[in-house]
Amino acid sequence: MEKRAIFDNKLLPYALLLPQILITLVFFYWPASQAVWQSFLIEDAFGTSSEFVWLDNYRDLLSKPDYYASMLTTAWFSAVVTFLAMAIALLLASMANKQISGRNAYRTLLVWPYAVAPALAGVLWLFMLQPSLGVLSKLLRANGVDWNPLLNSNHALIMVVLAATWKQISYNFLFFLAGLQAIPRSVIEAAAIDGARPMRRFWTIIFPLLSPTTFYLLVVNIVYVFFETFGIIDAMTSGGPARTTTTLVYKVYQDGKLGGDLGGSAAQSVILMAIVIGLTAIQFRFVERRVNY
Amino acid sequence: MKNSMLIAFMTAAAAFAATPANAQTEIQWWHAMTGANNDVVVRLANDFNASQQDYKVVPVFKGSYADTMNAGIAAYRSGNAPHILQVFEVGTATMMAAKGAVKPVQDVMKDAGETFDPKIYLPAITGYYSTTKGEMLSFPFNSSSMVMWVNRDLLKKAGLNADQPPKTWPEVFEAAAKLKTVSPTCGFSTAWTTWANIEQLSAWHNVPLGTRSNGMDGFDTELKINGPLQVRHLAKLAELQKDKTFDYSGRTNASEGRFTSGECGLFLTSSAFYGNVKANAKFDYAAAPMPYYPDVQGAPQNSIIGGASLWVLGGKTPAEYKGVAKFFTFLSDTDRQAKLHQDSGYLPITKAAYEKTKASGFYKDKPALEVPLLELTNKEPTENSKGLRFGNMVQMRDVWSEEIEAALAGKKTAKEALDAAVERGNQMLRQFEKTAAR
Repeated sequence: MEKRAIFDNKLLPYALLLPQILITLVFFYWPASQAVWQSFLIEDAFGTSSEFVWLDNYRDLLSKPDYYASMLTTAWFSAVVTFLAMAIALLLASMANKQISGRNAYRTLLVWPYAVAPALAGVLWLFMLQPSLGVLSKLLRANGVDWNPLLNSNHALIMVVLAATWKQISYNFLFFLAGLQAIPRSVIEAAAIDGARPMRRFWTIIFPLLSPTTFYLLVVNIVYVFFETFGIIDAMTSGGPARTTTTLVYKVYQDGKLGGDLGGSAAQSVILMAIVIGLTAIQFRFVERRVNY
Repeated sequence: MKNSMLIAFMTAAAAFAATPANAQTEIQWWHAMTGANNDVVVRLANDFNASQQDYKVVPVFKGSYADTMNAGIAAYRSGNAPHILQVFEVGTATMMAAKGAVKPVQDVMKDAGETFDPKIYLPAITGYYSTTKGEMLSFPFNSSSMVMWVNRDLLKKAGLNADQPPKTWPEVFEAAAKLKTVSPTCGFSTAWTTWANIEQLSAWHNVPLGTRSNGMDGFDTELKINGPLQVRHLAKLAELQKDKTFDYSGRTNASEGRFTSGECGLFLTSSAFYGNVKANAKFDYAAAPMPYYPDVQGAPQNSIIGGASLWVLGGKTPAEYKGVAKFFTFLSDTDRQAKLHQDSGYLPITKAAYEKTKASGFYKDKPALEVPLLELTNKEPTENSKGLRFGNMVQMRDVWSEEIEAALAGKKTAKEALDAAVERGNQMLRQFEKTAAR
């Protein structure tokens, strides 16, 4: 059924792959191997002395309760942001897929936040939620809510979740919209003729047919929350109050860049890399089974 | 006659030969100064370059203090280090530990044959950047200390005597309770929470932050910040936080606007906040010395500095170091220091510049600028008030802040929080000792 091109030249496919392989080697394997190597060393910040210590950095790291706290924060944070960003995007995409006037304008506006850099998204939300200057926080305080993300860890978490979700909705929206448009109208119309109401049509036909998109977005969103929310956290809370918004990637930065502990920081990035690879593998192994292509 | 003509001719020729730009030795100066302070840096470099022909100082802005320091470290590792690197005070231990990567200022001056007398500098300032033997390691550039900024209009409105702002902590608590009647969200507050409520508090009361002279005698120091004074202060803050007589303003100076906007009537932060206050405060303001607990013996002692100093990095040629030395001599000039102090609000680093400014009557118009100097020179510094030198200090402050936040949020008692800060801090000190002591 599929057309297969046959190459006589055995080298040609490798030559065609070469640029991609080179890029992967230079931008992924090489830095990753450096991180692994660094994680076995103890060095001062200037690199004037370094000692090979095998797994000491890992042992130190895993003996600290801080590290497990960051893991929990990350797990919680990624679950909430991924769920919210995907659910809201799906809702919006379903709406924008309907025959409404001005839908192109809605679509364009909904995509805009994607163009905003994470750190800027953080600052934008901070303008609204900063306890003494923010517009929203003034409103909250006027209504008797003692809004104080500087000290109240729930408030701080709500704040970063809002910004991180808002930023990711656009991306998810684009994919969901494309996914929805790819669903043949005839299937939906057939269901409508059989008497299925909109909600039923959505859950039994549209949602399963969207599952490849949903699955793809699940993987991408989790990776997003793990790594790209760094800018948002740095701009909004710097990991505070009392470490409650310190995610794993933020801790890598704190220890490595602010603390000058390159070995410990490298050990954390190696563990982080392992976690993300593991998560993605699990998703492909188990979640993908339930995806209908 | 003929001879002197010849000499004059030769000198002229030599001067001519030295003029082309490529004959100048370039001195890279990486700094973290923004806004008006960036202009000061550029002007200093230009003035120096115009004053002589042999050296050219090139200032390069590298971002925040932490960014600048990391840029310097990364450049050193890749062999492109600048000659002069501006490093904030809390990076001092890290720089010191990097033997070979930095060249002590004292050696730079001596090797270059510049006249250098450490005694002309204000000991409260240079002490922070010197070894215990008094050897100056880095050159203080922008220094400040902590003062209490007072909104005189708000004090009057609350029925307080604006001419006599509170002097002691109990007086501050009392005044803040009254201020809260006119500004319900904030009685008083502080920026730089650990600098104010742990570091300066301890020095001002002559109480140790850590063993080994607050770490200045060696990296084997241990924290002492869970002493009775610090616990008592934090417990009081946590109690007052409940009704916002005290209201927390975060770890850095990001919330300094709470003073200039008129929200907080009493606000402890850096004396370098002066420029901002002058430009933005639409009310009558003043600066007062930091409050103290009158029942603590010997209080007030003296305050400690903050700000940044210039480090000379290693691995450069003698000619380049000579240029650096000349530049430092240029910076130490009395008139220049006095002008720098009066223009920027940063503290003068030489005694002569302070005396000169005092004699000129400058402080009569701008008393706020003398307050930090009076605090710093209040008493002869003791081993508790000379300064502090803890490794990983940038992160250490975060750890302390985290525990302070936990106490203020009511999750821990003050004692529990500070005990935890000491325990976690000591772990970091041991980690630093491991990387630095070899």
